[in-house]
Amino acid sequence: MNVPDDLYFSDSHEWVDPSSPEAASVGISDHAQAELTDVVYLELPEVGRTVSKGEAVAVIESVKAANDIYAPVSGEIVEVNEALAEAPEPVNEDPYGGGWMFKVKLANSGEVEGLMNAAAYRDTIS
Amino acid sequence: MKLSPLNDRHHQLGARMAPFAGWNMPIQYVGIIAEHQAVREKGGIFDISHMGELEVVGPGVVRWLNRILTNDITSLVDGQGQYTLMLNSSGGVIDDLIVYRFSEERFFLVVNAARIQKDHNWLISRLGEECELKDRSDEFGAVAVQGPEVVAVWNKMEPARALPERNGIVEYDDGVVVCGTGYTGEDGFELFAPVETIVSWFDRFIAEGVTPAGLGARDTLRLEKCYPLNGSDLDEEHTPLEAGLGFFVKLDKPSDFVGREVLAYQRAGGLKRKLAAIAMTGKAPPVRHGYEVRDADGESILGHLSSGSLSPSLGKGIGMAYLDVDLCRPGTELSVAVRDRIFPAVVVKKPFI
Repeated sequence: MNVPDDLYFSDSHEWVDPSSPEAASVGISDHAQAELTDVVYLELPEVGRTVSKGEAVAVIESVKAANDIYAPVSGEIVEVNEALAEAPEPVNEDPYGGGWMFKVKLANSGEVEGLMNAAAYRDTIS
Repeated sequence: MKLSPLNDRHHQLGARMAPFAGWNMPIQYVGIIAEHQAVREKGGIFDISHMGELEVVGPGVVRWLNRILTNDITSLVDGQGQYTLMLNSSGGVIDDLIVYRFSEERFFLVVNAARIQKDHNWLISRLGEECELKDRSDEFGAVAVQGPEVVAVWNKMEPARALPERNGIVEYDDGVVVCGTGYTGEDGFELFAPVETIVSWFDRFIAEGVTPAGLGARDTLRLEKCYPLNGSDLDEEHTPLEAGLGFFVKLDKPSDFVGREVLAYQRAGGLKRKLAAIAMTGKAPPVRHGYEVRDADGESILGHLSSGSLSPSLGKGIGMAYLDVDLCRPGTELSVAVRDRIFPAVVVKKPFI
């Protein structure tokens, strides 16, 4: 299962890319997309919404079930990947690239340190 | 939790397993959509070892079963089967099943997994004279092999064994029973084999390129054809006439049957509610069992989806719900509530495809 070294991960399998100074990108891990199987619908948060770490912010649906996606970090949603609302396939096909879901302007950059690094996340899913 | 004789195979194939009717069953292997398409376009194999098999024997069997089941069993000749229903005295559905005639004094009933015990108790408590009932469910493993190519696969694999006609049944010398039935709307058959041999049957179909398919695809396939699911679309609160299964209810057969009085009253007086097929008209989340069906404005609640899913063939949400008959006309505009939003939907003619 692909776990890129430069990302951080939450217990609920969201990844965070904090490399951009403006806003951190968020998506779900390769492991999570494989567990969900075919993603057929994605409900994204509204731009401008302020979210707290651990808050349910999006809904991802497979044929069989609907699942919540949680904000792995707190802050303001500054951009969402609108293309996924039309065609969610990249969540399965390219979870760390085209499958990014939203960008959060971090309220507290220290929160990222509280997430798992790639090595720790690999341990949890192995 | 009961384990299918094919349990090891499911794990080897990487299936996601989940409890269903007291059994740990495969929901999907590679994905519901791919498995669904494999069955529609080529061929798929489902483990249906959880289904129940009852055998009824004796000189009184025809007379007795005709008083318990809604369809007319006297229309069957040896080797034929029919879809039928077992009702309570209020006309509600205890189970929907297929009854096959081996011979005049020997019938084979295939019943829903969740209802085996209930059906058995119901039948035993009403057992007719000169009838014997055997629950053979633990003797058999079973697979449903479905899709446009599976008859050719069978004829290549087993040229010496002729398949039964549609809805028919054949029992071979080695105890294998094959029925010309299914739950997908495609060509195919269901094979019941002694538990010791079902794994080798499964392996042979896989070796011929038949795709393993789980209960997830089984559900989307049957819903596209508007085949009802017991416990969701059928229950003891709704009659088969309300469910749109009047073709399988023979009110004019010579014998009375349990529930007949209520059905005769409904047929004479008209139905108040029916099971409607509902399709989402725009981009919407997959609709699911239990979601509210509302009027087009989303103001008033008209019912709840008894079944709902994304249709892999149509690429849109489909479902069924019991609604007031006035709302069941195709073209009636409705909506379905998903979480805190409403999405437009329309009543359509059954089946969806």
